[in-house]
Amino acid sequence: MINLSLKELSEGLKQKKFSSVELTQFFLNRLDLHNSSINAFITIDKDKSLAMAKHSDEIIKEGNQDYLTGIPIAQKDIFCAEGWKTSCGSKMLDNFIAPYDSTVISKFNAVGAVNLGKTNMDEFAMGSSNETSFYGNVKNPWDIKTVPGGSSGGSAAAVAGRLAPAATATDTGGSIRQPASLCGLTGLKPTYGLVSRYGMIAFASSLDQAGPMCHTAEDCAAMMNVMSGHDPKDSTSIQRAKENYLTGISDPIKGLKIGVPREFFSEGLDPEVEKIIEGGINEYKKLGAEIVEISLPNNHLSIPVYYVIAPAEASSNLSRYDGVRYGYRTKEYDDLMEMYCKTREEGFGEEVKRRIMIGTYVLSAGYYDAYYLKAQKIRRLISEDFKKAFENCDVILGPSAPSVAFPIGEKKEDPLKMYMQDVYTISTNLAGLPGLSMPAGLMNELPVGIQLIGNYFSEAKLLNIANIFQMNTDWHNLSPEEFK
Amino acid sequence: MEWEVVIGIETHTQLKTESKIFSGASTNFGSEPNAHACLVSLAYPGVLPVLNEEAVNCAIRFGLAVDARIAEHSIFARKNYFYPDLPKGYQISQFELPVVGEGSLTISLGDENKTIRILRAHLEEDAGKSVHGIEEGKSGIDLNRAGTPLLEIVTEPDMSSAEEAVAYAKKLHELVQWIGICDGNMQEGNFRCDVNVSVKKKGEKKLGTRREIKNLNSFKFIKQAVDYEVNWQIERLEDGGTIKQSTILFDPDSGETREMRSKEEANDYRYFPDPDLLPLVISQEKINTIKSEMYELPSQMKSKLVKEFGLSNYDADGITSNIDVANFFRELLSFKVSAKLATNWILTNLFSRLNESNIDIKNSPLKANKLAELILRIEDKTISNNAAKKVFDEIWDQDEKVDDVIEKLGLKQISNVNEVEDILNQVLQDNEAMVEEYKSGKDKAFNALIGKVMKASKGKANPGQVSQLLKDKLTD
Amino acid sequence: MKFDNDEIKKIAHLARININKNEADKVGEKLEGILGLIDQMTQVNTDGIEPMAHALDITQPLREDKVTEVDIRKKSLKLSNETHQSLFIVPRVIE
Repeated sequence: MINLSLKELSEGLKQKKFSSVELTQFFLNRLDLHNSSINAFITIDKDKSLAMAKHSDEIIKEGNQDYLTGIPIAQKDIFCAEGWKTSCGSKMLDNFIAPYDSTVISKFNAVGAVNLGKTNMDEFAMGSSNETSFYGNVKNPWDIKTVPGGSSGGSAAAVAGRLAPAATATDTGGSIRQPASLCGLTGLKPTYGLVSRYGMIAFASSLDQAGPMCHTAEDCAAMMNVMSGHDPKDSTSIQRAKENYLTGISDPIKGLKIGVPREFFSEGLDPEVEKIIEGGINEYKKLGAEIVEISLPNNHLSIPVYYVIAPAEASSNLSRYDGVRYGYRTKEYDDLMEMYCKTREEGFGEEVKRRIMIGTYVLSAGYYDAYYLKAQKIRRLISEDFKKAFENCDVILGPSAPSVAFPIGEKKEDPLKMYMQDVYTISTNLAGLPGLSMPAGLMNELPVGIQLIGNYFSEAKLLNIANIFQMNTDWHNLSPEEFK
Repeated sequence: MEWEVVIGIETHTQLKTESKIFSGASTNFGSEPNAHACLVSLAYPGVLPVLNEEAVNCAIRFGLAVDARIAEHSIFARKNYFYPDLPKGYQISQFELPVVGEGSLTISLGDENKTIRILRAHLEEDAGKSVHGIEEGKSGIDLNRAGTPLLEIVTEPDMSSAEEAVAYAKKLHELVQWIGICDGNMQEGNFRCDVNVSVKKKGEKKLGTRREIKNLNSFKFIKQAVDYEVNWQIERLEDGGTIKQSTILFDPDSGETREMRSKEEANDYRYFPDPDLLPLVISQEKINTIKSEMYELPSQMKSKLVKEFGLSNYDADGITSNIDVANFFRELLSFKVSAKLATNWILTNLFSRLNESNIDIKNSPLKANKLAELILRIEDKTISNNAAKKVFDEIWDQDEKVDDVIEKLGLKQISNVNEVEDILNQVLQDNEAMVEEYKSGKDKAFNALIGKVMKASKGKANPGQVSQLLKDKLTD
Repeated sequence: MKFDNDEIKKIAHLARININKNEADKVGEKLEGILGLIDQMTQVNTDGIEPMAHALDITQPLREDKVTEVDIRKKSLKLSNETHQSLFIVPRVIE
């Protein structure tokens, strides 16, 4: 069962080769065996998962099976799931049992998918290595001395280690694509507004977007069929007819115009990674695509802009964690001010506090125009670069991350180095565009990802382009040795 | 030294909606603490705001009522500060682009009118409440009110006395109820004023430093607080002191103002556009629809009453003093009662009776349809005005038909001329001395004779008819 | 951009985060590093550029004015650290 695609699992359930309870139990056993070595999950609740599986078996018995009915899915601990601890990787929410379901969770529940558990993540999704989690760092199944990337490191490690068939993740500056790249997976960050943010704990509201993390583009398409769709509970959710992402997934891509931004191949990119990306480009040429050089001249500004906008929004979004209504409250305090300041000192980790401070600073009186407003203006410039680029190509291709998985601890004490991990991914979040990462090779036995960036709402196209690649290559089928 | 007072007012009006501004929780007052604290009110991780259409409609109605520009495009912003009754750690409000732009409101000061400029009005959410005295050193937080829609209405500093401030507050209070956007309940805090007060030397152009008196929820307190504050500022300045810009509270028990301790530190609210809410776009079409559904405004109704119905300024003010009175009046008119009689009956008999029993006109036991029946009996000369007052008292809170009461009390006027003439002749015969007095030029005797006739008819004769007949007889 | 102790104290207070005195220098150093990164923005001419607050050019949807939420005190009060008769309890709020 370990290597089956979502489609194969779905068919297996349909043909009664195994039940959802058996399938769920199988993966729970894998968790028993392997989770302690990679720390991919924060919460595992076997009784709850098995109860859901039992219910799914009923649905299947009644003949109402959907594509994902009965299939266990790992859920990033950023999604509120009623009755489940939902910590967002933070001590602040270590005691928080979510009182409601996020829309993403509701949608999985509605089709009878099984919640396999809540995956580890960087605290409040702030990080690129999964080292900021209150629950300890996650290890990359490809080499447990290296990081899985972040912030969706738990989801990435869980799927890469085949502890879960598929997982949900979120991406504010690259948090789906970079860990997908570092763990040899296919991950999609959809267009902003395509997947509801309701119940997904906010980091930077104007950038956050949820998406799937799977082995293949086809699996991602099946996940997207469940996750996407308009939600009246999220004002920023887009009103748009629901698509079936599986329909055109195998359409030929002959004549496809792939734009390669020269800025993505400059200083900072590991030459070995660059070679692998070139290999991917050649593969697409063979498949009949046309390659054109394009330019995203303001891409280098995306990191500075991001580190104004994201912390600014985060500083405000995280003000609700004050120890009054839920979550952590410091044990000793003499007055209200002390309760606030100590609760937040003790409840948040270093990186989160750092970003709250930066965000507070850039919004404060006298600095707003120079930082926040300026960043919003450059955000538009970055977004317009893409608009121009898409006049000359159908899709943009480049690396997902500048390097392969790096050793745990290597960048932890140097935020600036860490921030460079997202140099190729952040601009799409700023523009609100969809981006996908898929495995395209190995460097020193570690996976390298190719990133595809599409125009707004071109998810179906991106998945199609990735799927054609995967039909002709084998990188997505590789697994780390100890987890086979 | 002569001083000038400069006053501007920010009013928080709670909008009359069923649900909160950004969630589907009830806005009902008086429930158990936190019974209406839904997921959004509690600011749970991951919840998001969705704007209530009715709150927007209320803002549009207000904008139209003060002749303001309704912003085609407005923005919600976050005002960041920590307070236990503010669950998100920020209040969603409007900062740079409010929904309602510049407008104006005209207040009456005796015989004079003054126009107060409205600077802006913006939508925002209310905070919860801190409850004190539960346990020593602790406060309780009730979030039922958190997220209730407010329209904050901000004036230019156009008022120059406590009287003007009160006149403005009253006028605004009347208007927001008139257009149905606020229930006006001040005890429950649904209409609260922050009053900015400063003083400057007479003739000085530059404004003085202002102090803001927070949360005044009665007209009396506005008057007292402003009077106290003005004296305080003038005394301080005359003693050579300076005024520090600050936020102050009025204590109704002592009648004094004091600085708020929690606001001592300089605030830096770090406003920025709320990424969870998109630009609010209001189409001209929507504005037109709302406009077409709106009642005429008090000022429009007043000028109509004066011009078309010939009411005095004073009476027209009385009828348009609030929406319930106006509605009662409108209903009377719908039964084809004359405007003048309707006005007289509302402003005199009905008002004094309502005042006596301390009842609101909305809850008057005598409904407009029944009062209309009574007034129509005066108009068709079935009964006299005096007789009608007797009927009014009888039917006030009794379920009796007007005509039955007239019958029962025998108040129907005698309209048969012969019958009246018979009575008249008898009276003239019995009072020859009076007739002589009249003929010798004493006009008073004429009225005395009418009185005799009325008495003899037991009040059933029509005084006008008697007067005419008597005149005819005496000039024969 | 220099981040001195007073500045850190001011920001930490606005953010309601207690900062240990011994760590203030280290925190300041890291914040300065990040601000240095951010300061790259100053080189860009942004005259006449409209700020971009949202990724998509769409407008605010409106919700019908209907009560859809119920009393959830059974859940909400349990999640709090301190409650008393349906109220969330905090150290005394001074007005």
